[in-house]
Amino acid sequence: MIKIDNVSKHYGPFQVLKNCSTEVKKGEVVVVCGPSGSGKSTLIKCVNALEPFQQGSITVSGVSVGDKKTNLPKLRAQVGMVFQHFELFPHMSLTENLAIAQIKVLGRRREEAMDKGMKLLERVGLKAHAHKYPGQLSGGQQQRVAIARALAMDPICMLFDEPTSALDPEMINEVLDVMVELAQEGMTMMCVTHEMGFAKKVANRVIFMDQGEIIEDREKHAFFETPASDRAQQFLSKILTH
Amino acid sequence: MMNLDYSVLLRALPYLGEGLLFSLQITLVAMAGGIVFGTLLALARLSRYKKLATVAAGYVNLMRSIPLILAIFWIFFLIPEIVAWLIGADHPVQIGTTRTAFIAFTLFEAAYFCEVIRAGILAVPRGQEGAGQALGFTYAQNMRYVVLPQAFRAMIPVLLTQTIILFQDTSLLYVISATDFLGAASKVAQRDGRLVEFYTFAALVYFAICFTLSKVVKRYQARLNKNVAHA
Ligand SMILES: Nc1ncnc2c1ncn2[C@@H]1O[C@H](COP(=O)(O)OP(=O)(O)OP(=O)(O)O)[C@@H](O)[C@H]1O
Ligand SMILES: [Mg+2]
Repeated sequence: MIKIDNVSKHYGPFQVLKNCSTEVKKGEVVVVCGPSGSGKSTLIKCVNALEPFQQGSITVSGVSVGDKKTNLPKLRAQVGMVFQHFELFPHMSLTENLAIAQIKVLGRRREEAMDKGMKLLERVGLKAHAHKYPGQLSGGQQQRVAIARALAMDPICMLFDEPTSALDPEMINEVLDVMVELAQEGMTMMCVTHEMGFAKKVANRVIFMDQGEIIEDREKHAFFETPASDRAQQFLSKILTH
Repeated sequence: MMNLDYSVLLRALPYLGEGLLFSLQITLVAMAGGIVFGTLLALARLSRYKKLATVAAGYVNLMRSIPLILAIFWIFFLIPEIVAWLIGADHPVQIGTTRTAFIAFTLFEAAYFCEVIRAGILAVPRGQEGAGQALGFTYAQNMRYVVLPQAFRAMIPVLLTQTIILFQDTSLLYVISATDFLGAASKVAQRDGRLVEFYTFAALVYFAICFTLSKVVKRYQARLNKNVAHA
């Protein structure tokens, strides 16, 4: 589904990504972790071309992301993305947040889009808030809406960039629950997260990054039981004791 | 004590009304045109195409560094030459004071609005654009549905304040003998030899309009602040 092949990216002389390669197969859940500044966000944003990269190639469902001829808006419409800071549109009600891209990008009829949006709000437990604006919700609620907004586009895979790291601890689980459910339904997911409980529960593989490199890319049991590198080991012991 | 006669005002009201209407028309047209053209300029200045950004910046800086009165003159005398050159006529093609007024103010306001709008766009969190892109919006859709609505919401007070200034600036049109509100007042004042009455009246009208508008702006601003605090 997502194939990352030898990708490198520079900001001037600074290399953010160094020859990164990995793959996320259909129905797989891959968790990406690593210290701050290691390039996790950059890597995941390369997948839907929110960030350009200079070397290597990425394909999503066979379509080359780096190819100049690729219709990026069309590609992005098929790839759901959830951000650390939710990024709901503050000037629109929740229903509008969920409907607008369905209407303007997918060309769905308004009633159809509204209908779909309402079903998804119900699914994430926020139907009663449909008419509200994002500013009136808690962080956890906003993030659930953001997930629903991405799902409304019927994505073929989902990208998550630290979806719970801006949340108060008591709200983390309500978001993770939605993500777990999604994973169990067979959604293809690439998640940057430090929630190792989530990784243990639903991930197929865990990728560990440091200084722009993919240091480990292993099946989850292998990763947690016997991390191969010292750096991953240190990292794990640090975040697991927190 | 001076001998004041306010009945002359009454007789001149229809003429003054026409002048006021013209001032308001210019204000509205230049505001609308300035916002549209200013938005395009702002997008050009923020564009990743360097040449486009440079051209837009050059235009804005030029307009902002010359006095409006000069811009009015310039358009009044230059446009006829340009039009003549374009259509190959051997005499300058007069476009009239009214059209000059509309063009000059729109071009001038666009430069000012551009800077306001640019600041407004930059104030929208970067992640919003990313979210729009991730949903599959094209650049134009992203601007139209995500970025500009948020930018404008925050900018409306500044845009209105600029419009109030614009309304006052319409009085500069006297330099090309256009009959805006002050121009009209000035003409009858001289004709009737009643300078004090007419200029006092004109000042009161400007004050009433601008003061009311600035109150509206304040109220809007307060509401905006409250909403932001709410979010
Ligand atoms: N626009 C930019 N210009 C220059 N350097 C940048 C830019 N954006 C990111 N970087 C650098 O690239 C590196 C990787 O950033 P990235 O955001 O991908 O890290 P991350 O692993 O997601 O970190 P975090 O856990 O803090 O989110 C960082 O060192 C960052 O400083
Ligand atoms: Mg990050």
